[in-house]
Amino acid sequence: MTQLPLRAQLASALGRSAATLSRMTGRGDGSVIGGRVGLLLEPDLLRKLARDRKLALISATNGKTTTTRLVTSALLELGEVATNAFGANMPAGHVSALSQHKGAPYGVLEVDEKYLPEVLDTTGAGVVCLMNLSRDQMDRAAEIWLLAQKWRRALSGKPTHVIANCDDPLVTWGASTAAKVTWVAGGQRWKEDSWCCPECGGPLDRKDADWACRECTFHRPEPQWAVDDDVAIDPNGERWLLDIQLPGAANRSNAVMALAVADAFGVPVERALPRLREVTSVAGRYTTVERDGRYARLLLSKNPAGWLEAFDVADPQLPIILAVNAQGPDGRDTSWLWDVDYRILRGRPVFVTGQRRLDLALRLDVADVPFMLCDTFNEALAMQPPGRVDVIANYTAFQQIRSEFGRAV
Amino acid sequence: MPSDSALRIVWIYPDLLSTYGDQGNVLVLERRARLRGIDTETVHVRSADPVPETGDLYLIGGGEDRPQILAAERLRRDGGLHRAIAGGAVLLAVCAGYQIMGSTFGGEEGQPVDGIGLLDISSSRGPARAVGELVAEVDAALNLPTLTGFENHMGVTHLGPGVKPLSKTLVGIGNGDGFEGCYTGHVVGTYLHGPALARNPALADLLLSWCAGDLAPLDDSRYEALRQERLAAVLPD
Repeated sequence: MTQLPLRAQLASALGRSAATLSRMTGRGDGSVIGGRVGLLLEPDLLRKLARDRKLALISATNGKTTTTRLVTSALLELGEVATNAFGANMPAGHVSALSQHKGAPYGVLEVDEKYLPEVLDTTGAGVVCLMNLSRDQMDRAAEIWLLAQKWRRALSGKPTHVIANCDDPLVTWGASTAAKVTWVAGGQRWKEDSWCCPECGGPLDRKDADWACRECTFHRPEPQWAVDDDVAIDPNGERWLLDIQLPGAANRSNAVMALAVADAFGVPVERALPRLREVTSVAGRYTTVERDGRYARLLLSKNPAGWLEAFDVADPQLPIILAVNAQGPDGRDTSWLWDVDYRILRGRPVFVTGQRRLDLALRLDVADVPFMLCDTFNEALAMQPPGRVDVIANYTAFQQIRSEFGRAV
Repeated sequence: MPSDSALRIVWIYPDLLSTYGDQGNVLVLERRARLRGIDTETVHVRSADPVPETGDLYLIGGGEDRPQILAAERLRRDGGLHRAIAGGAVLLAVCAGYQIMGSTFGGEEGQPVDGIGLLDISSSRGPARAVGELVAEVDAALNLPTLTGFENHMGVTHLGPGVKPLSKTLVGIGNGDGFEGCYTGHVVGTYLHGPALARNPALADLLLSWCAGDLAPLDDSRYEALRQERLAAVLPD
């Protein structure tokens, strides 16, 4: 469809070659290196690749990759969709995704929350989906109040249609400068970052899902869509049983956000929902891996809000393996472990591993949660009786487990 | 119900300043007190509520620029913390909370913002963000082992004659002048997260002993394993 200028065509082709090499040599899935090569040769490549396509940008602290996948599935009803399915969510990953599907009239891009202003400016995306904001990798990430402020500036004065979770006050504030917003009552499990009004700093009064500032006029907007347990409520008040295969309340919320985005693209719920139900695992999340009769279900969880969501999914009847690293992508500061309430794990067999297992060990000790300390994930798995076990791991710990058991998605 | 014998811990403004896992300081104090048979009662004081004056041990943590400015305004207007400290209460102030205790600190654009004047320090915005592991030798008068923790701030803090440096920095930036943190009386300020008291249980015990007197020793092997791993990760051989 898009006829790229010669230089951009070359940049895009060389980028794809680098990606292929990366995959062939087993260095990665190729989605970052390919885009980097392309961007190096043609800095304006992303703008050119985005032109003439209908794009949705998906951003949040948690649930970006999953929601991107759900929206992509829904939009496949309309035609070919370009997407960065493996979580390469910075501009190099976007270039790579759009290069690989040059003819796709639609694009669904997961966007790192810090890069959202830049990517929105560059791509001119028509739809932006914003789910939640909470503390995450504080040693390298922008602080979230500041981040929401940047979203406001980026959205102001643009025709973008924003789909935003109005149960998250900071997201609501970040989205509310947009010309058009569809509000979704998507729920908010983690509230520790939103006790104060983002507008004035006053206390937020909360009653059930509703919230309002005690000191200024900032309050929860009236939602058009809502999630009610396993039911999505559309703007006409019609109730749709979600019945998706992805587990947990966070994914039911992601699904309703995805339905609202699909609706913005003209895909009605009756066509979108069956597509969402086909999604079983997203970039390894919720996959079960097996070794010697031990079936380990992998849950990815990168920050305190993510751990709450993982606890919601984990089966209280099963033993649980926790793996924590602190490499660059995880954040090098493990202080956040102290924001997670681990007491819910009391009474389950708990196994602790990962490069920063001593941090987690002390954390559990102080929470009075008994556990076994294991040098490696394999050791932890071997200690299980045959049968099922849940695994919660943060980013690089999760990737290590996946690469050992194969990256099949 | 409050009991007269319980140790009263007051966590100041977790709704504004609790971004960096500093809740761990509260949890470690509670745990270490209870293991010695000392009951604890912890009050989480939201920023719209008055700071009680009857606490034994006060904690305030780190956070973003805007909440820091709001917290300083409210603490100054409230006055409860001043009265508690004047009455002999113990305070651990971390990072943004540490800066607030001084006369001024750097705001969102680096502009000077009034602190609450509990400590003879003043802070401003430094040239670059200090992020990473920190190691420091504690002032000999306090008789504590090496401090370990994680710092993440842009502040430079100048100590006045009314306070002493808490420690001399071996790895990391701290106050920006070769020292980390400060103390006077029963008030301790530090840039350390990690959280500070999880990484430094002896500092936790010092604060507890200021409230409860001599303490029985505990099995600190979990703490010690973590400390040794962290120190080995950053100290040269």
